[in-house]
Amino acid sequence: MTARQRADRRAGLAFAAPAMLALLVLAAYPALWVLWLSLQQRVPIFGVARFVGLAHFAFLAGDARFWNAVRVTVVFTVASVVLELVLGLGVALALQRQRGGRRVALSLLLLGWALPSVVTAKLFEWLYHPSAGLVNVVLGGRPINWLGDPHLALPALVAADVWRTMPFVALLCYARLLTIPGEVYEAARVDGAARLATLTAITLPLLRPILLIALLFRTLDALRAFDLMFVLTGGGPANTTETLTVYAYRSLFQTLQLGFGAAIGVVIFALVMAVAWGYLRALRREELAR
Amino acid sequence: MRRRARAWDAAMLLLLAVWATPFFWQLRTSFTPDAELLTTDRTLPAHPTLVHYRAVVERSVMPRALVNSLGVAALTTAVAVVLGLPAAYALARLPVPGKGLLLLAVVASTAFPQITTVSPLYLLLRALGLRDTWTALVLVDTSFALPLVMWLLAGFIREIPIELEEVAFLDGAGRVAVLRRVIAPLVAPGVASAALVTFLAAWNEFLFAFTFTASEASRTVPVALALFPGVFEVPWGDIAAASILASLPPLVIVVVLQRWLVRGLVAGALKE
Repeated sequence: MTARQRADRRAGLAFAAPAMLALLVLAAYPALWVLWLSLQQRVPIFGVARFVGLAHFAFLAGDARFWNAVRVTVVFTVASVVLELVLGLGVALALQRQRGGRRVALSLLLLGWALPSVVTAKLFEWLYHPSAGLVNVVLGGRPINWLGDPHLALPALVAADVWRTMPFVALLCYARLLTIPGEVYEAARVDGAARLATLTAITLPLLRPILLIALLFRTLDALRAFDLMFVLTGGGPANTTETLTVYAYRSLFQTLQLGFGAAIGVVIFALVMAVAWGYLRALRREELAR
Repeated sequence: MRRRARAWDAAMLLLLAVWATPFFWQLRTSFTPDAELLTTDRTLPAHPTLVHYRAVVERSVMPRALVNSLGVAALTTAVAVVLGLPAAYALARLPVPGKGLLLLAVVASTAFPQITTVSPLYLLLRALGLRDTWTALVLVDTSFALPLVMWLLAGFIREIPIELEEVAFLDGAGRVAVLRRVIAPLVAPGVASAALVTFLAAWNEFLFAFTFTASEASRTVPVALALFPGVFEVPWGDIAAASILASLPPLVIVVVLQRWLVRGLVAGALKE
């Protein structure tokens, strides 16, 4: 090892150490601690703290409320991610043809994405107001109680989430479209390719990688979404919008069962990691097949 | 052909304006007097008023919450950039032991669900006596801001030609000098992008702020908005005014600083 290499090693450690230390304390340590917490019965107000092993997980396996939360989480995730990807792709393709006013267009598009999700919740709470909400006015004035009806609350929630996150998908696809050289389309036109053929044979295959990345990002975000449902519906009516995150939060800080809430948190973590892992495996297999 | 292109542009802008309607509707509501709130037969209020903004500014916790949010988001961004820039340089260019594992940890922690770590962080902050302080929020927000900044900046640094650093080495500069005099100025636009994305994430953060704050000493804007009080009925006009105020920094970032924001958002996903 030369003196320069040794110096680089030292510098690398010194540069990375403060950030590594911060992540160790603020991310790694809590991640391990939550595993330990999930094996305990902890109710701080009664001074209860004892080891119960996997009892919380065993309870969850037979807990109807837990399985309902799993179902709500999965339905919410699949519905919003599919809608976001389809709409986002459509908007990106339409934006590709945009010549003037791109900056205004992007401002209008990104606005919903940039707002705090609590603001989005308040926006939609007012839009869904049974008598004065814009949604019912547009639909002809019937007093539909969007957030109070067990059949409508989850779709209403999904709509609010799609409004908020479609712009992100659209922006990623649009950015990718901008990097496709104009000659590619020029060549397709010279060859006499129809517009639809150009789309399916050139544009969509080129967009495929970025769509897969958007799919991963959005799925992980939807699985751990919390703010929107917590503020907009609070998990109601009749738990029809209670996702795993809302169930975990209520257990942790409303009924103050830290150990039990931590166990649900661990399940969410496992779910997120399983999705990320499965996705990366599928991606690698695809790369190998090519 | 020209005319068709212009028609497309106009139609597209109209479509996106319709998409943004929820925001514009809230803007309208914030200027509508209570008496007109339940009538929707007019596009604009007949008697626009500032009464809701006055109520929010003079009689709610929003002004204090805006100060808290600005402070917490700015400090979080500063901490993440100060710790993240050297670390990103090390990840991009230096032989750090265990680098692969470190990169994996950085990526994993950006995917980490906050609901999972909220309980141990709650116990940690309680033990440290930090509940209901700015310090607590800056610390916990750093847990997601720092990996984000490191990931983005490492990507931007890799784009800088390594020859520029070699020239500085020939002049006898050390790594610290290279980072300060070569890398830092060249990566400045990237730092701006990463800082904007981070600031926005910290401004919008709700779960940690809701859990670790207890009074207006540290409650941030999303928390104040979620807890907005109504005595007998929901004060829709005041809530609308408060949510418009909460939206101002994101609005400025999207409209005025758009170029840097877009670069930051896209960079995180397009580079793998």
